[in-house]
Amino acid sequence: MAIFVYAENINGIYKKAAFEAIAYAKSIADKAGDSVTAITVNPTDSSDLLYKYGAEKVLNIKDEGLKNFSAKAFAEAVNQVFDGKIIVFPHTTDASSVAPMLAILKNYSLITNVIESPESLSPFQVKRKAFSGKGFMHAKSESEGVIVTVSQNSFGAKENAVSGSEEVKNLTISNDDTKVISHEQSSGQLDLKEAEIVVSAGRGLKGAENWGMVEDLAIVLGAATACSKPVSDIGWRPHSEHVGQTGKAISPNLYVAVGISGAIQHLAGVNSSKTIVVINSDPEAPFFKSADYGVVGDAFQIIPALTEKIKALKGH
Amino acid sequence: MKILVCISSVPDTTSKINFTADKSAFDKTGIQWVINPLDEFALSKAVKLQESQGATVTVVNVGDATTEPVIRKALAIGANDAIRVNTEAKDSFSVAKEIAAVAQNGAYDLIICGKESLDYNGGAVPAMVAQLLNQPFINACVGLDVNGEEISAIREIEGGKETVSVKLPLVIAGQKGLVEEKDLIIPNMRGIMSARTKALNVVEGTNSESKVDSVSFDSVPARAAVKLISADNLDELVRLLHEEAKVI
Repeated sequence: MAIFVYAENINGIYKKAAFEAIAYAKSIADKAGDSVTAITVNPTDSSDLLYKYGAEKVLNIKDEGLKNFSAKAFAEAVNQVFDGKIIVFPHTTDASSVAPMLAILKNYSLITNVIESPESLSPFQVKRKAFSGKGFMHAKSESEGVIVTVSQNSFGAKENAVSGSEEVKNLTISNDDTKVISHEQSSGQLDLKEAEIVVSAGRGLKGAENWGMVEDLAIVLGAATACSKPVSDIGWRPHSEHVGQTGKAISPNLYVAVGISGAIQHLAGVNSSKTIVVINSDPEAPFFKSADYGVVGDAFQIIPALTEKIKALKGH
Repeated sequence: MKILVCISSVPDTTSKINFTADKSAFDKTGIQWVINPLDEFALSKAVKLQESQGATVTVVNVGDATTEPVIRKALAIGANDAIRVNTEAKDSFSVAKEIAAVAQNGAYDLIICGKESLDYNGGAVPAMVAQLLNQPFINACVGLDVNGEEISAIREIEGGKETVSVKLPLVIAGQKGLVEEKDLIIPNMRGIMSARTKALNVVEGTNSESKVDSVSFDSVPARAAVKLISADNLDELVRLLHEEAKVI
């Protein structure tokens, strides 16, 4: 029986989280000697993008009623076409609201925020994040049917090209509960949870007006920007940039923390970053103990200089 | 308007998380328990609706008697009454079943939860409750306006925001933005005194099954010692990131 995956698209476009979920499903399929079937709703992107990561079959749900997102309507749609025992979702805002609803509809178990391919398939056992980045749990499903959500930037969007085929599923689900009034999405801006590199700053920057140099560094690195909790609480930066225990948990390849002391709550949200660079004027800042590379000094001198050096490296 | 706020009792955010010697369970020794911080945004929003809409606010918690101090704090913040479902919180599925049973009995118009609890981070209970009640669900809610039966909610999505209009009854999973950090309600002396006499009703659980078992836990591995680079030698930092860490 195929391993299913929910290939999320945002306004028709597949993002990295979908590819990562397919790669994850492919890792299960390889263990089980199975193939991967992807389920997607009203895509505009080509299914070729999904074959590249290992989806052999794409069930393309077409439904005018699902133009706008509603967790309930989307769960019902997936429920109608998913007839397997295992399905993988990305742990994005929308997919992570569909997955629990589907778990109830199917009476399957749900294991969220998984970070590695399962340790065993029968029973299904897998490692997941817990305690907001302060620990890991090995969770075991007590039912045969299993739904997992994959933590972003944990497993990796590994390519594994297969030749695939698409099947259109015409559905007519009524989504009369949720009406979209406005939808703002910046196309240029990198999504924080998907970003490979994140440049983050804290109160050490002294004011919202000083963020220009952080943004400049982020631009040369191709990075997303983030901030500490106090900075978002004061309103220097939007809440959506707050990383830490009560904000977003992120796992980029490189996390650069500027003027952030490294409170335990902040570390919880970023300690699964592969490489951490800390820049702080206080040599006693606790963050240095959790960093790979540290620079003690004045951020107002270091950040512009570092930006120039990285520009030079990249040959600009 | 009747609002149900779901709260969980979690380790204080400053807690170090340790596991028992055999790694089979979370070691609760010396832990201070608090209302899950994301639930606090939900609760403060509900109490504001109590003031602006004349709503009544009930808090519900699934857990044994050790969670009662946290429930009393929720009452001190301003909830009208509380329900504790006297059973162990085994997994998301069993907790959602218990909450859905309470919700069905109380016929609430609006259920507000924190987006996830900061202990097991399942992030699944709110959507499961919505499905069990066959109600719409809004995830990652960062703004909520109530106008009679009409609700306008702002939800955070990857790289943006979406404003939706939705009718009651409804389940919401919220986070910071539902109210601002500075608008979180801190209990005052009057609140604390009145919380002592507010109803905290204990109901027995329905013994709902669990579906996920936590087999064992691991701590986060420590990083190797930091390499300090002089602020005058940023070339070396760039070289290390490029050649050693291979991240730029």
